[in-house]
Amino acid sequence: MLRVSLREISAALKEGRVSPTELCQRCLSFIKATKFLNAYITVAEETALKQAEESEERYRRGQILGDLDGIPVAVKDNFSTAGIETTCASNMLKGYIPPYNATVVKKLLDQGAVLLGKTNLDEFAMGSGSTDGIFGPVRNPWSYSKQYREKSVQNSHTENEDSNWLVTGGSSGGSAAAVSSFTCFAALGSDTGGSTRNPAAHCGVVGLKPTYGLISRHGLIPLVNSMDVAGILTRCVDDAAIVLGVLAGHDPKDSTTVQDPFKPFELTSFIDASKLCIGIPKEYHAPGLSSETVALWSKAADLFENAGAKVIEVSLPHTRYSIICYHVLCTAEVASNMARFDGLEYGHRSSMDKSTEVMYAATRREGFNDVVRGRILSGNYFLLKQNYETYFVKAQKVRRLIANDFVNVFRSGIDVLLTPTTLSDTIPYVEFIKEDNRTRSAQDDIFTQAANMAGLPAITVPTALSEKGLPIGLQFIGRAFQEQQLLTVAKWFEKQVEFPMIQLHGLMDHGHTVCQHQKSAFFS
Amino acid sequence: MLVHTNSWALVLHCCIHSAVCFLGKKVTVEVLDHLERLALVDFRNWEGVQRLEKAIQFAAQLHAVNTEGVEPMDSVLEDRCLYLREDNITEGNCTEELLQNARETVEEYFVAPPGNIPLPKLEERDTFLQVSE
Repeated sequence: MLRVSLREISAALKEGRVSPTELCQRCLSFIKATKFLNAYITVAEETALKQAEESEERYRRGQILGDLDGIPVAVKDNFSTAGIETTCASNMLKGYIPPYNATVVKKLLDQGAVLLGKTNLDEFAMGSGSTDGIFGPVRNPWSYSKQYREKSVQNSHTENEDSNWLVTGGSSGGSAAAVSSFTCFAALGSDTGGSTRNPAAHCGVVGLKPTYGLISRHGLIPLVNSMDVAGILTRCVDDAAIVLGVLAGHDPKDSTTVQDPFKPFELTSFIDASKLCIGIPKEYHAPGLSSETVALWSKAADLFENAGAKVIEVSLPHTRYSIICYHVLCTAEVASNMARFDGLEYGHRSSMDKSTEVMYAATRREGFNDVVRGRILSGNYFLLKQNYETYFVKAQKVRRLIANDFVNVFRSGIDVLLTPTTLSDTIPYVEFIKEDNRTRSAQDDIFTQAANMAGLPAITVPTALSEKGLPIGLQFIGRAFQEQQLLTVAKWFEKQVEFPMIQLHGLMDHGHTVCQHQKSAFFS
Repeated sequence: MLVHTNSWALVLHCCIHSAVCFLGKKVTVEVLDHLERLALVDFRNWEGVQRLEKAIQFAAQLHAVNTEGVEPMDSVLEDRCLYLREDNITEGNCTEELLQNARETVEEYFVAPPGNIPLPKLEERDTFLQVSE
């Protein structure tokens, strides 16, 4: 029952086939059974059950708040949640309990959603593997899938079964794993360079990054103010549209949200492909792109062409500078945004108190991990007076060129771009950590962060399983604020490819045996 | 003092003992110290410094792009007017809630250690950069 889509479970709740409390309890016990995935940092059991009871009362009285009433959801741990610890997987905010809800969290709760807990991430959302947080890495549920296990046996890489688990991708890996492993029906992530789409692709779920300015960032602990967007992870495109309908719209508390009124939409299953023009950016044939992904990309293009759509190769000439530009702008904004963590008003505070400067320095020394400190220092370097023009302003100029590339392509009649989401399927953790965070991010964000630079909406749709039995997703990038068109195309594509459901049979049993081992690995 | 040029080599101050050298890109200990003070974050070890050097080297590739006549882009929403609220008080009176998250408070004040005291100089600070000399 947990495997159905949001829409289906909503129908079941409305028809009384299941009650909100029953549903909540099932999700909570499944979270416990899948604890070894380490997808959740905080499980808000008491408040979730209370919300479920209130929802049940509403269903009884026939006064439900909407499609999300009673639906268990999870939220990435860099969204502020009133009364629930919000850590950003960092020592700096361990024990921090926000006094308010992020606007998106408030919107979910106002619709009656049941907040199960906060999901794991890379520290301060910096990373592409969900491996660099203080609570340990997140495991990809597909590591335990029948599809992957069967193929592994065939390849007979006889490692210790448990030590060869796969990464989820990042930084919203916890959210992706939570949705993928059926512990919730939708999850919020954040997307600055691909942090929602990357783990969504690796975990075989839908990951939507809406247009910048469509959804409020109030309460989302900021990384890069000019690129951050709240991301939506669900099991199908329809569900993403439902959640988007709830979250989108102007927020007076976030002046970077646009004031245009947003009308929630329902997706049609039918598209007139003959009116559609799909663009294939040739520069996205990046080095390192796996042949499997190229093949799938090609097949997808053919799919649209056979349905009557125009499929054209286009050019985004500045693509290869995109990741470098992102690197400079990201570190510069991070240097600024992380300056607020000084131990004085919230979060960790060092006991060294000779002076405010000493206290700040010690607090930040103790609170941030290497990745965060590295980015702050790089950012400060690029912002030095002598470097400002040559690095920061230069990167801002290159950003305009990148954004213009997209404008030109869409102006020439392209409706939607079709690209890979990641270079390949996911890899084992032991492989992933052989390269450092910055290198991994530079490699893994290559297809996703251009959409953040230009502020465009993008969605990754699970497409097919690789030879190893792991998910590969493809990405659609749309015009600004044209989520309806983007999602319509994505939904049609999803229907065509019929991506298989993950088979996690025996997960419950596995959960018990693994629990014993995992404690020593992570919590030392 | 650091001399800025358009080329990629940074001039090394002759009095400073070796800066870290990574594929020819040198960042002086002076700059590293300056960064530690500005950011109030430490490099911690050589790895931290190398991380910076790699980042600089990576970013250097931007210079190959011709940006003649291109305006810098601050925001993708630059064509729109920023939303400004009416100047009315709609919330507040949450002193207690806000103070709850601070470690050290006295009545309605956040308690800070004495200010206006600059960080100790490199020689007197407990920083890995000092060890490098």
